[in-house]
Amino acid sequence: MNAHKPEPLTLSLSVNGQTYDLQVPARKLLSDVLREDLGLTGTHVGCEHGVCGACTVLIDGRPARACLTFAAQMEGHDITTIEAVGRPDALSVLQQALHEEHGLQCGFCTPGIVMTFEHYLRENPAPTADEVRDVLSGNLCRCTGYQNIVAAVLKAAARMRGEAA
Amino acid sequence: MKPAQFTYHRPASLAEALALLRTHGSSAKSLAGGQSLGPMLNMRLARPDHLVDLNDLIELDSVRVSDDMVEIGALTRHHRVANAPELRRSLPLLSAAAASIGHYAIRQRGTIGGSLAHADPAAQLPLIAVTLGASLVIAGLQGTRNVVAADFLQSIMTVDLRDGELITALRFPLPVGGFWAFEHFSRRHGDFAIVSVALNFAQDADGKIDALRLGLGGVDTVPLRLPEIEARAQGRPADEDTIRELAAATASAIAPEDSAQVPASYRRRLAETLVIRAFQSALNREEGA
Repeated sequence: MNAHKPEPLTLSLSVNGQTYDLQVPARKLLSDVLREDLGLTGTHVGCEHGVCGACTVLIDGRPARACLTFAAQMEGHDITTIEAVGRPDALSVLQQALHEEHGLQCGFCTPGIVMTFEHYLRENPAPTADEVRDVLSGNLCRCTGYQNIVAAVLKAAARMRGEAA
Repeated sequence: MKPAQFTYHRPASLAEALALLRTHGSSAKSLAGGQSLGPMLNMRLARPDHLVDLNDLIELDSVRVSDDMVEIGALTRHHRVANAPELRRSLPLLSAAAASIGHYAIRQRGTIGGSLAHADPAAQLPLIAVTLGASLVIAGLQGTRNVVAADFLQSIMTVDLRDGELITALRFPLPVGGFWAFEHFSRRHGDFAIVSVALNFAQDADGKIDALRLGLGGVDTVPLRLPEIEARAQGRPADEDTIRELAAATASAIAPEDSAQVPASYRRRLAETLVIRAFQSALNREEGA
């Protein structure tokens, strides 16, 4: 058992290009700090043990589970959340494709899916449907049945390559 | 599901990390990618007083290929192991297995050293390390020691790592032959496999199997190599009859236990099927290449 209560840590976090100074306990998950301390509630918390993918953010440009990361670890790293992707009146290519293909219903899993594929499509601009499914397997969606998400990712990839309208 | 309180340490060097681990002994846990330790902390299955974050030790995120060996730093992420061109060339079996770990985002963080230290009996990288005869480089304040993977892995989540020690690298001998395959089965894509099979072999001038290495995961408390099956394969033609015989012999050689969801008989049949598939995929790939 823990006999001691450690003091909160003073941290400086870089999120979406902005620097935040805050005090948080060492054990506080990045997902909770984003939502509770920074008010960035677009990052959703589902399972809190890395399975569902809803809390996926980018750490130094690469997708990672915010629920398996402590905010204390993130000093000196750049975090990108869904708030930095598109705007309501100017969706990203991937967001627009998800909208058109009905790639979401309740939307709970969508931020994690967008963050995952915003990176993946940069790494692999011309994925096959099987490759998209392999990557998508890390994000649970209970509404769509995934077909429309796969279609949307392929459509977004084609548009980013300049091959589809 | 929030972790219990701990004191967070972020050493800037290996020496500093080892000193912290020595000071705090069994009350400390080292944190690498956090993709297994993270859930255990969140669920409070692990409650260390001190967490020593290794992620700044970037010198341990490394791949070095030499004439007879590949050395991979302990902090190398699965995504890099799966995709680094020099690893896909020199250790394709390892890369293929790494590409199947968990999910894309998990592979961006999870590390090869962490996977070995965690020692899940169904995990990919311990299986490949045992199959290919890899050894671990383990550092302590007194110096480093080398342990072969089969000795390092002692039982379920139990390894030869003492308080104050860290895995710094894995060393893989270069595989003998160009035939290899990793086959695994899980009910959902990305789950830990129920059974997994890794194999590597060469063929002599007459097409006979030479220097087979055969490893199985998920059938015991640690990944197993099966030397008796390997010996039985030596000098045999890589044909349908031989493959089926070796697969059946594999199923008889293992002694999996019944678990709540998976009866032992199912694991045995799965092992037989996966050995057949592994030989077939190794031979098909080589023909196509």
